[in-house]
Amino acid sequence: MAPNSDTDWLMHKDDDTLQEMACQELVEVITEYLEGTLPESDRVRFEAHLATCAGCREYLEQMRALIRLSGGLTGKSIEPATRDSLLRAFRRWRDAPTGL
Amino acid sequence: MVLVAANHTSEAELIDRLRDGDEAAFTWLVDTYSPSLKRLALAFVSVDAVAEEVVQETWLAVLTGIGRFEGRSTVKTWLFKILTNRAKTRGAREKRTVRFSELESEDRDGPAVSPERFLPPDHPSFPGHWSTPPHPWSGVAEQVAVQRETMEVLRRGLQSLPRSQRVVVTLRDVHGWPAHEVCAALELSEANQRVLLHRGRSRLRSILEIYFAEDA
Repeated sequence: MAPNSDTDWLMHKDDDTLQEMACQELVEVITEYLEGTLPESDRVRFEAHLATCAGCREYLEQMRALIRLSGGLTGKSIEPATRDSLLRAFRRWRDAPTGL
Repeated sequence: MVLVAANHTSEAELIDRLRDGDEAAFTWLVDTYSPSLKRLALAFVSVDAVAEEVVQETWLAVLTGIGRFEGRSTVKTWLFKILTNRAKTRGAREKRTVRFSELESEDRDGPAVSPERFLPPDHPSFPGHWSTPPHPWSGVAEQVAVQRETMEVLRRGLQSLPRSQRVVVTLRDVHGWPAHEVCAALELSEANQRVLLHRGRSRLRSILEIYFAEDA
């Protein structure tokens, strides 16, 4: 039987795929969305909600900005004394590799 | 010895030089990787001096283990693995945490955003929708003029997270590890890794939101 687009739509009426995602739900599944682990039906609801909600679009952009900013956190250097002691250890190792 | 062009020097060559006792190769490695190693150590242990010790122990382990390095992973991956193992042990001792893989209650509790920010579930038209939408800051956070201070807020925020969230966020977002490597290094399930990442990121976002709201 050929699929009938009119009834297909009706059949989906009770399906969660057409239930709108609330903002409160979106903020809890956002990591799964970004990780690509959100089930397809929820992903569709997620994106449908985004299209209509400026607050959630901003929320998503904030998460993305946070991730980019985190990637720029630089490490603190080790203390000069630690570095000196490592170089001394290196020389001991070089001169007697078995007994550091 | 010029190692300035070390990006173009193959890692195998670097390791060979280290095996031969080339001090410049060791110094280059120490200076290049110690800052990231220390940042990673600080995710596991909260005391700066302890992190410093963990980094030092890592380099000593490199010297004693260099003969066993077979070049199947990159030097960086190898270093991070040694550090992670050491830092995990130290961190567990420091916090008397028995196992990392069990989610602590503080890792699970609490929504990403306070329920007060949303309309109630029985709202006639928009249940669960924003009543107080996010204060917008995503467009300005990365502008040069504000970024420096933002990074400091973020750095402090990260250190304030519960330990397991801090470790996962540091590995994933600061160091860019893929999820499966974090799961393997910490013996976490994919689902638990995601919960920790979600809780950690959500808290950091709210810390930044408060900071930008005060600033406005």
